[in-house]
Amino acid sequence: MPDDPSFTSRRRFLQWSAVAVPALAAAGAPASGQAPSADDRPTFFSASEWAFLRAAAARLIPADALGPGALEAGVPEFIDRQMATPWAEGRLWYMQGPFVPDAPPTLGWQMRLTPRDVYRLGIAAADGWTQDRHGRVFAELDPAAQDGVLQAFESGKARFEQVPAAIFFAMLLGNVREGFFSDPVHGGNRGLAGWKLIGFPGARADFMDWVERDVAYPLPPVSLSGQRG
Amino acid sequence: MATRMNKTDVVIVGFGWAGAIMAKELTEAGLRVVALERGPARDTQPDGAYPKVLDELTYNIRKKLFQDLSRETVTIRHGLDDTALPYRQLGAFLPGDGVGGAGLHWSGVHFRVDPVELRLRSHYEERYGKGFLPDGMTIQDFGVSYEELEPHFDFAEKVFGTSGTAWSVKGQVVGADKGGNPFAPDRSNDFPLPAQMRPISAQRFGKAAAELGYHPYDLPSANASGPYSNPYGCQMGPCNFCGYCSGYVCYNYSKASPNVNILPALRQSPLFALRTQAHVLQVDLSADRRTATGVTYVDAQGREVAQPADIVILSAFQFHNVRLMLLSGIGEPYDPASGQGTVGRNFAYQNMATIKAFFSGEVHANPFIGAGGNGIAIDDFNADNFDHGPAGFVGGSPMWVNQAGVKPISGIALPEGVPGWGSAWKQAVAEYYTHTVSMDAHGAHMSYRDNYLSLDPTYRDAYGRPLLRMTLDWKDNDIRMTRFMAEKMRAVAQAMGPKALRVYVKNFGDHFDTTSYQTTHLNGGAIMGADRRTSAINRYLQSWDVHNVFVPGASAFPQGLGYNPTGLVAALTYWSAKAIRERYLAKPGPLA
Ligand SMILES: Cc1cc2nc3c(=O)[nH]c(=O)nc-3n(C[C@H](O)[C@H](O)[C@H](O)COP(=O)(O)OP(=O)(O)OC[C@H]3O[C@@H](n4cnc5c(N)ncnc54)[C@H](O)[C@@H]3O)c2cc1C
Ligand code: SF4
Repeated sequence: MPDDPSFTSRRRFLQWSAVAVPALAAAGAPASGQAPSADDRPTFFSASEWAFLRAAAARLIPADALGPGALEAGVPEFIDRQMATPWAEGRLWYMQGPFVPDAPPTLGWQMRLTPRDVYRLGIAAADGWTQDRHGRVFAELDPAAQDGVLQAFESGKARFEQVPAAIFFAMLLGNVREGFFSDPVHGGNRGLAGWKLIGFPGARADFMDWVERDVAYPLPPVSLSGQRG
Repeated sequence: MATRMNKTDVVIVGFGWAGAIMAKELTEAGLRVVALERGPARDTQPDGAYPKVLDELTYNIRKKLFQDLSRETVTIRHGLDDTALPYRQLGAFLPGDGVGGAGLHWSGVHFRVDPVELRLRSHYEERYGKGFLPDGMTIQDFGVSYEELEPHFDFAEKVFGTSGTAWSVKGQVVGADKGGNPFAPDRSNDFPLPAQMRPISAQRFGKAAAELGYHPYDLPSANASGPYSNPYGCQMGPCNFCGYCSGYVCYNYSKASPNVNILPALRQSPLFALRTQAHVLQVDLSADRRTATGVTYVDAQGREVAQPADIVILSAFQFHNVRLMLLSGIGEPYDPASGQGTVGRNFAYQNMATIKAFFSGEVHANPFIGAGGNGIAIDDFNADNFDHGPAGFVGGSPMWVNQAGVKPISGIALPEGVPGWGSAWKQAVAEYYTHTVSMDAHGAHMSYRDNYLSLDPTYRDAYGRPLLRMTLDWKDNDIRMTRFMAEKMRAVAQAMGPKALRVYVKNFGDHFDTTSYQTTHLNGGAIMGADRRTSAINRYLQSWDVHNVFVPGASAFPQGLGYNPTGLVAALTYWSAKAIRERYLAKPGPLA
């Protein structure tokens, strides 16, 4: 999104008139001009996986009165792009065996699975589980039913065969938050939606003048590319 | 057959703080120094280039600068009868990699030491009696005193450009009511720079602590409060509280690092050579195993290279130092069953509790404003500054607000009971992020007979060598201590008038959790001391067994400190270098 100078000066006006709050105007709806361009063409995820991911993201961080949610912020696209990184292939981790997946959780990740595996196996299991209980895949349920299903994954009440449901859920939720709050250079946080929600100024990184002031920080967030929220 | 390099006077294994200090000191003494660093070349440019470095996902979340575990890690188990498993993903601690080591992406809290902690066993026995230490606790004295180290603390602060408020200088109180720490030992000089500004969170903590009768002080930080040139002619610019500090390269030349504060001077010396992507496999020993002949490393192309040298410095970071000693056969490996042997003995960590205080909209903590080393602390419960008799445990803890810059992916804490997702979560992050104050009780961790380091029988690194195995768990003493500290800190937090508090503290029976970050303050395993039966190196950091091997780093600490370790690591390294320069070079052999 180009940095609109008139928008900037309007922000500046707001700031000096001490009405320094994140813009709530676009509450609930994706801001105009932010058509989710690549939403229909994921690179890693299949069409059915993509439908799951979009539906789950929309429940984990929903669009509501406070503003856009994960879907509007481009989080599914962020996760799709992450799948092409060394992290998703498990290349940042020590991955020599023997593997002892039943180890106590305090000893951390002990599975052979990479994040790509967790998504591939996890989404299939999640849709299978949902189909068994509800007769439909996750994306086709209504939001209240989807929330119930996600709770069953989170608590581990749902049993998946190849990857523990709670681990799948934790990775999904972690990545959704990453996509909502990371710099838009990674594909999510469109319109700096995540940062505006909480009042995080992004890449401003110079607070000399604000350290000892007990006031709300008035400047809007900026991204690495200079985009302003 | 390994390629053989020309012999050098000194080879340094690992180029973090300890390696850089040794390289500077020993080139000054006229020695030819080759430093071998396993990781890549790194510096402010390009690794800290603005604005690219202001990226939480790349740095703190995907952990760009830390050790590459895919090549080498450790294994961890809780007890002697358990099977250790690999530390597959970075979690509890974040070892450094590349030029500068963890010194490039540390936070910069730059302490000295509480003098009592250098003679911890003697002090406790004198004040509380021999029976006070629980069974199996193996704490001991460092074998060096604060007075001996004082000139080196002083010089290290000048090199690091440390900002702080002195309490007393040469016996004169100068810091009363100004932010000095009345529990701090006397100093020969003031800090090179005044303390940094005080963020709102820290101010509130200090005010509440003072109301309770405690003694708040400015954390000494190696984040420059103003422009500075150090004794080596290296320059720093003022820190602007950018908040991308711990885990990031400072784009601003404000955070002390080997790269900014030492390397520019070292590069001027024709006696100095730095080879990167040079992973040292072992120290090579003479046939009688009494001296080292050099080291063997794998270079960037995968070739084995022998680097002969007269002196070997192991400065590869705490647990790497211990592993290299074990892999090379330097000293006797420690055996927890018999208590014999010294290498691997007294492995200790940090014993931390954290409280998040959530405020209503009037308190603007603005946690994105931060600098890694800055803050306000109290030492009323650190070291032995209070009577441990009724408390019934060993160890102390400073407490502080150290707002290093809280980021949204990793850092948003919420009150108990708030769901982790959905609209209620969203509402809560919007409500609390800028109104949350985080504080820590950064407790010392004691050493015990069965917390130790050894080689793993199963898992190997990318070069086919056994990984280091950590055997570590919390003991009752540790839990009693941290719960006591959490209660004291809760009172301070309450006095700040929050809407809600969340206390993160261990319970009896909790095991060491390798997944959640605590600190990278790992200690011991190659400890210093006055007695070769209970220490791997002498008081000059010289191996008792192989006299031309010196081992600077927190591996030398017989137990963990309340304070962060790097100030003491640096001072001990200067102390050791002085002994090499003034005594060892004239007459190579055991110094103690
Ligand atoms: C995020 C973070 C924040 C921190 N904040 C603070 C703080 O505020 N205050 C404080 O006091 N301390 C802090 N620390 C700890 C501090 O960074 C360390 O105490 C300090 O860097 C230790 O210095 P060192 O020279 O012993 O080791 P390091 O700085 O780790 O350097 C060791 C070097 O050796 C290299 N190496 C390892 N093995 C080999 C091998 N086989 N061959 C060749 N090279 C090898 C490594 O790659 C590394 O570059 C922090 C650490 C981290 C990770
Ligand atoms: S907070 Fe200060 S010292 Fe830390 S990275 Fe930013 S400018 Fe550098």
